[in-house]
Amino acid sequence: MLHIVNKSPYERSSLTSCLAHATKGGAILLIEDAVYAATRGSTAEAALKRAMRELPVYALGPDLEARGMQAAVIDGVKVVDYGGFVDLVAEHRTSQSWL
Amino acid sequence: MTQVAEAVERETQTRAVVKKFMYVNRKAPYGTIYALEGLEVALISAAFDQDVSLAFLDDGVYQLVKGQQTKGLEVKNFSPTYRALEGYDIEKLYVERESLEARGITEGQLLVAVQVVSAREMSELMEAQDVIIGF
Repeated sequence: MLHIVNKSPYERSSLTSCLAHATKGGAILLIEDAVYAATRGSTAEAALKRAMRELPVYALGPDLEARGMQAAVIDGVKVVDYGGFVDLVAEHRTSQSWL
Repeated sequence: MTQVAEAVERETQTRAVVKKFMYVNRKAPYGTIYALEGLEVALISAAFDQDVSLAFLDDGVYQLVKGQQTKGLEVKNFSPTYRALEGYDIEKLYVERESLEARGITEGQLLVAVQVVSAREMSELMEAQDVIIGF
């Protein structure tokens, strides 16, 4: 299962819910305002790092760049482009958007 | 005074009223339209010679982060406009320290000179306004 999150972790509980339901074998893709969760020094960092022990976390590059956050990405988060987004969707049998 | 003179007098007084407007920005840029809309409304009110302040708190502090490049998203990068605000006599930019800290952002990462204030100081600034509009 590919979990897609698009909301800021400070404004909505989408990421928290996603992390509580995502299991091994799955993957998490952060897009739009959710890319802020993939940045260093934030209060969301610890929860994301815990999740990264179980499953891979990806963040969409164009969304990081638009927000000036490309240099602040937490180590271990894999940055993908739109092609990578499509590959992730294709690689997983199902995907779920945590809107 | 004639009626016409009275009307002119009233009109002049009305025009001279300057109110303290604060625009409270609490949303990140690009994910929603709020940040851009707030910026445009602030510019409009400056054209009416009002006393304008901009407050940035919660996710609103992300609006001012340096190095925004929106080519990949194919949307307008409106962040340079914050640097142009000075030219419209909008010089009061307040950023809440607690919001920066929670997001791991330092003042050095911001693209424009601002006044960093505590949440308490921010609330005092809000109390001092005539009109507050939130985005």
